[in-house]
Amino acid sequence: MSEDFWEATRRRRLVVQRCLACGHRQHYPRRLCTACGGTELEYAPVSGLGVVDSFTVVHRAPAPGFEPPYTVARVRLAEGPILLTHLVGDTDWACDLPVRVAWRPLPDGRHLPVFRLARTDQEDSAHED
Amino acid sequence: MSGVAIVGAAESDLGITGESVLTLQAQAVTRALADAGLVLSDVDGLATCGVSRFSATQVADYLGLRPVWTESTFAGGCAFEMYVARAAQAIEAGQCRTVVISYGSNQRSARSRSLAGVVEEHTPEARFEAPYGPLYPFSYYAMAARRYMHAFGVRREALAEVAVAARDWALLNPRAYRYGTAPLTVRDVLSAPMVSSPLTTADACLVTDGGGAVVLTSLERARDLRRAPVRVLGYGECVTNTSMTAVDDLTVTGAVHSGAAAFARAGLVPGDVDVAQIYDSFTITVLLTLEGLGFCGAGEAGDFVAGGRTGPGGAFPVNTSGGGLSYNHPGQYGLLLLVEAVRQLRGECGDRQVPGAEVALAHGTGGILSAHATVLLGVDR
Repeated sequence: MSEDFWEATRRRRLVVQRCLACGHRQHYPRRLCTACGGTELEYAPVSGLGVVDSFTVVHRAPAPGFEPPYTVARVRLAEGPILLTHLVGDTDWACDLPVRVAWRPLPDGRHLPVFRLARTDQEDSAHED
Repeated sequence: MSGVAIVGAAESDLGITGESVLTLQAQAVTRALADAGLVLSDVDGLATCGVSRFSATQVADYLGLRPVWTESTFAGGCAFEMYVARAAQAIEAGQCRTVVISYGSNQRSARSRSLAGVVEEHTPEARFEAPYGPLYPFSYYAMAARRYMHAFGVRREALAEVAVAARDWALLNPRAYRYGTAPLTVRDVLSAPMVSSPLTTADACLVTDGGGAVVLTSLERARDLRRAPVRVLGYGECVTNTSMTAVDDLTVTGAVHSGAAAFARAGLVPGDVDVAQIYDSFTITVLLTLEGLGFCGAGEAGDFVAGGRTGPGGAFPVNTSGGGLSYNHPGQYGLLLLVEAVRQLRGECGDRQVPGAEVALAHGTGGILSAHATVLLGVDR
């Protein structure tokens, strides 16, 4: 089930579950709706827009392969659910700043959704940088 | 209010012990029983965790016991506050008569603590959070701190005050890991190495070996034992999340529910509490918990702790042992909250004694603000 989320990232599509019974959106994906208990859910694309709920700059690597410092964040999608993610780009981050999804390629063709500052005056790059 | 009391309390060896988990467990249990004036064969109920898959059974085997009631709910640091509730219920229901709640960890000696935490492969967290490399639990508390500061305009210095007060208490506690060191300043906390912003190493609890045990029995029987009974007045709990994205508002914790339940059961209000032992995995944990328990309003905890109000000689003494920040933190610290609460109510705390303390609160927090349990204890009047 969680594979569907990651498969969609091959096409740089961010999808979040929606309950067919009550319309509730949720993330991470589950076999039931946490709002109404319904078991019929679908993946639906989201806008990729959101706001920074909170963030932290990590200064120590939790495991090999991570290269601090990097910014871990909770991003609240416009559609409601909160994602754990990274904030990227040269931004002096603060809570409640608007962000837009960007995509970090993974070796197997999937992408890791990350977020960068959403600008209103220009089109955001679909790439991380 | 329950008809159950804590009649014994003790620590295992603390700090860097070089001992095994089961040795620390045995130290804690035998010392707590000696404190109570009871013997191993009196014990027919056992609650513990953090030992092995079969934690309570494992410890029972090691102690040579065959208890008729056991409890091993895993809820991180607050498990032991939950066990007090379960034990009180089991004793009142007549399932068992004498319960030992125990804990031991050699995490410092064994170097078993990792900044990455333990992420089990089959969990959603492994698939949706681990790829981003948050420190567990550090980064979650850091995000809670950031949101808290933003939402209420709280200054970074307010968090540091919690660590400063904890150090001041530890300097009065010969068993504290930081005993005999220097006082901490707000500047020290802010200038310590950054781990996960805005939190530094000085905002985080110690990593030590340690453990402890408490013994519970009926109040009626407790009155015939050698120590003044410490009554279990109330308890409550609430679990909220394992993932870092489940909780909508990082500034509101399950302490809201656990505290309200405990106060209601005890027939008390926050103003009745003389001394509080509040889980301080991180400085932010204390601020959020003080608010959740109703000691102050949302966004007010910074002012509540300012100027040493929760330190020695302050209006509201918190974490009189020195807390997880400066006394001891053996991975799951909640057992030691109970030990200090009992000692304060018995008037055994020497230089750090809160004069005339009659009602004590112990509040445990587990995981990433995941699990919360509150216990209210009082002298037997």
